[in-house]
Amino acid sequence: MNTSTFFDNLVREDRVHRSIYTDAALFEREMTHVFGAVWVYLAHESQIPNPDDFISARLGLRPLIVVRDSQGKIRALYNRCTHRGARVCRQERGNARTFQCAYHGWTYFNTGKLRGVPWPEGYACDFKDSQFNLAQVPRVESYRGFVFGTLNLDAPPLGDYLGGVRKPLDEWIERHPGGKLEVREANRLKYKGNWKLAYDNAADGYHVVFSHRSLLEMENRMQADPTKGMSFYLGKPDEAPMYVQVFANGHHFKDKRPNIEKRPGALWEKEAPHPGMAHFESSIRKKLGEKADRALDLAAAEAVNINVFPNLSILGNHIQVFQPLAVDETDATWYATVVVDEAGELGGAVDDVNALRLRTQEAFPNFGEVDDAANFEEIQRGLAACEDEWVYMHRGLGIPGRVREEPDGSLKAPATDEVFMRSHMQEWKRLMSTEPRISVVR
Amino acid sequence: MLLEREARLLDQARFDDWLAMYSPHCIYWIPATPGGDPRREVAVAFDDRRRLEDRVYRLKTGTAWSQTPASRTVRMVSNVEVFPADDDRLLVRSNFLVSDFRTGETRFWSGWCGHRLRLRDSREEIEVRQVNLIDCDQNLRNPSIIF
Repeated sequence: MNTSTFFDNLVREDRVHRSIYTDAALFEREMTHVFGAVWVYLAHESQIPNPDDFISARLGLRPLIVVRDSQGKIRALYNRCTHRGARVCRQERGNARTFQCAYHGWTYFNTGKLRGVPWPEGYACDFKDSQFNLAQVPRVESYRGFVFGTLNLDAPPLGDYLGGVRKPLDEWIERHPGGKLEVREANRLKYKGNWKLAYDNAADGYHVVFSHRSLLEMENRMQADPTKGMSFYLGKPDEAPMYVQVFANGHHFKDKRPNIEKRPGALWEKEAPHPGMAHFESSIRKKLGEKADRALDLAAAEAVNINVFPNLSILGNHIQVFQPLAVDETDATWYATVVVDEAGELGGAVDDVNALRLRTQEAFPNFGEVDDAANFEEIQRGLAACEDEWVYMHRGLGIPGRVREEPDGSLKAPATDEVFMRSHMQEWKRLMSTEPRISVVR
Repeated sequence: MLLEREARLLDQARFDDWLAMYSPHCIYWIPATPGGDPRREVAVAFDDRRRLEDRVYRLKTGTAWSQTPASRTVRMVSNVEVFPADDDRLLVRSNFLVSDFRTGETRFWSGWCGHRLRLRDSREEIEVRQVNLIDCDQNLRNPSIIF
């Protein structure tokens, strides 16, 4: 299990072994060698805006409390009483200076430091020792509002880990006034399948016209020619201007923006009708006149999929996270975001823009993602056939000139290519064959 | 009786007949948090008439994989209370339990509904249906049925 030969057999150039999706022992190893080894997205700063705000989170299977402590520092505390192991915080979110365990009353400051225990005179030990503080993730950093944490003392700085994916991420953030946005609840789904099935799908252009056939028909049912939603996948998607780009560390980027005309309002025109459209669009046009189209584009889904290994996928206006619960169970949470507009660049129309943006964000989880999740569950069922060993990822492999190397070392390929999943599987293999230097601090 | 009829039409997958129970300017709303304002937060679903028609259209394509094959459902409606509103409107509160059999398992959806009905041309139309799942803020496995 500890040799790279073992993993070389599981992850080959053109295929992966079914067991990486079905084997419980490999799943357990992923919790340390993948989720313990790299920077993992934990929360968005807008979910904990004020000192003492907290939100529950996960790092692999570890229950965490992500808190902005009383001094304003963001920490990821282990939600695990040092005493006997119970969760000290049983709320999803809130504001608290201290956390008290409901079992024996041990109390901790939101810095993780033990505040006190009942009747300490009954203990011979010195509770001033850091031994009894809550464990916490040793390295927690925010990249422009995205809070990441890693347990690996040897992991590179967060900016280096993100590497080439920073550019599309920066562009996605900066399309919002002041580069600011806020999470406002989520569409939350669950599927009985391995978490990697969702990440394998995150830049997949090959599945769109088949898996989402009903969505494409639905969105375009009121017009003669399909132009709404992901209609640019119809016809010859590999000849369209869109492309997939592959970076180091398992990150990738599906850029569909080149399919859309570069003028204000062109992105908004891709949106199929949705609730409130007529009312709020009219209000925005009245308020903003010529500037209305730029504001309406903010209510439309940005034409990108920005994927940060292992389990973060930003698409449209969503922040999507896949949480592994078991080898065959995953939560897929689609955090919705709204525009903040502190400087008033939208001339008082920000609430109207957000009322529209929330409705456009409901569309894909309701009418698209449920079909992907159904397919992921079917994969998990199909993979029970143990002699049928291989999962193929060879689309585009061996076709001369199809995958192009960019000057920065990233790769670009046509929209339906599978180079992106071959890349993140190689990264998975590397991590599973490497011993991370995992640590907690107290 | 209206609630039972709505439940039966959905169990029978008679979606067009079900839509006919709704007014031309209706709302079908599943909040993501109890009492959450849909102008400020995303909802599990927030459909106006047109999007409700989209929803039915998609289910009828036969290529909505999350409902192909379709769920077999049995809806139980109970604890019905009626509150008068305006002259020709009623507010109705009820509890529901939907048994949803699909892909070898039966799953259950529970909650309470708020209906706003309007009496028009001697028939009751549904103007608003608010579906309050007890697990609305949790990760839901295949919430692709019309509740």
